[in-house]
Amino acid sequence: MDKKRRDFLKIAGVSTLAGLGGTAVVDRLVSGTSPVQSRAAKEVDLGHDGGHEAVTQGHGAGEEVAKSGNRLGMIIDLRKFRENPALGDKVVEACHSTHNVPDFPDKKDVIKWTWLTEYENVFTEHSHYHKDRATLDNEVLVMCNHCDNPPCVRACPTRATFKNKDGIVAMDYHRCIGCRFCMAACPYGMRSFNWRDPRAGLDMNKINREFPTRMRGVVEKCNFCAERVGLGKQPACVEACGDSKALIFGNLNDPESEIRKVLKANYTIQRKPSLGTHPSVFYIV
Amino acid sequence: MYDSGKIITGLIIFVLFVTFPIWYNHGDAGAVPKVELPKDAKECVLPADQMRSEHMQLLNQWRDTVLRTADRSFDVKIGDKEYQKSLMNTCMQCHSSKKKFCDQCHAYASVSPYCWDCHLAPVE
Repeated sequence: MDKKRRDFLKIAGVSTLAGLGGTAVVDRLVSGTSPVQSRAAKEVDLGHDGGHEAVTQGHGAGEEVAKSGNRLGMIIDLRKFRENPALGDKVVEACHSTHNVPDFPDKKDVIKWTWLTEYENVFTEHSHYHKDRATLDNEVLVMCNHCDNPPCVRACPTRATFKNKDGIVAMDYHRCIGCRFCMAACPYGMRSFNWRDPRAGLDMNKINREFPTRMRGVVEKCNFCAERVGLGKQPACVEACGDSKALIFGNLNDPESEIRKVLKANYTIQRKPSLGTHPSVFYIV
Repeated sequence: MYDSGKIITGLIIFVLFVTFPIWYNHGDAGAVPKVELPKDAKECVLPADQMRSEHMQLLNQWRDTVLRTADRSFDVKIGDKEYQKSLMNTCMQCHSSKKKFCDQCHAYASVSPYCWDCHLAPVE
């Protein structure tokens, strides 16, 4: 009698452990991703790539995750920025003037949505050893990457920063409490905090009256011109580039879009790919 | 009771002090705030009395629809024109003076909404 009871208990214990832990392990192995991504990938459309990449999911986090809905992205062609050195400043000015981004003299108060910085600061996972003259002399345009797996959205305690249905990581300034967890979470450092009242750094006669300012105590960043994109226009920075195609904006989930065609035709790199944030901004170096 | 004279006097003074707001204005709630209506527009998003009681909720709904669901469509119909769901770009286009319209009632009701910290009031 005792021996049978012992066997029963052993079998019951092992099957409980398998039941609790095993299904989670098997799910992760099958989808090849973390729970956040496997939720997003629930409606993966495998038909688009002609079945050749039908084993996409099994390859892990290296492949595209969600193919449902829009996913807006941008290609920054650094070759064009090198050809036209004034283009970078023009792009920054277009963005900042459209969105009433203040201008403060003190470096610690600076708010910036897009800016130019050195190659070394942008592509930290690449080698900086014996770089060519063009890379050393020219700066790279950076902005929020609107990641597909954004750490800032995970960190926000109020969900003031969230990923909207177009794939833009948007800010809701009404809900932001200014805790700056998102700034700590962003691996690229693309967010700015309003230490001061931004209207003090703006010329109130020259602002864009169709777009609000922000108030002191909220975090702000590039929003892929959600207010323009929602009306079918291109972002202000893309429009400032004119015909030069230095910035290409579009829907990454639409295989017929211009951005997807350019991605197929050119070698692109991204910032800090090993972090698994799946940024939506690509660079042609 | 002891010192009843002082206590009762004190109580009466206290009651008068506490009910001061009630008797000071002789029951008059003050003049109804006079808001300056826009000259060229005859109707608003909703009827006037509904707007008076619900504009706060309406603005909150617009905010959530525009920001959270990214719906920036021109689906606010006033008369035969269509507008966006926007405080700055729709409401303030007709009600072009914050001081003569919004502030009149808000000051009377002692309400200070924080909208204007960010949203730009029309130039006066």
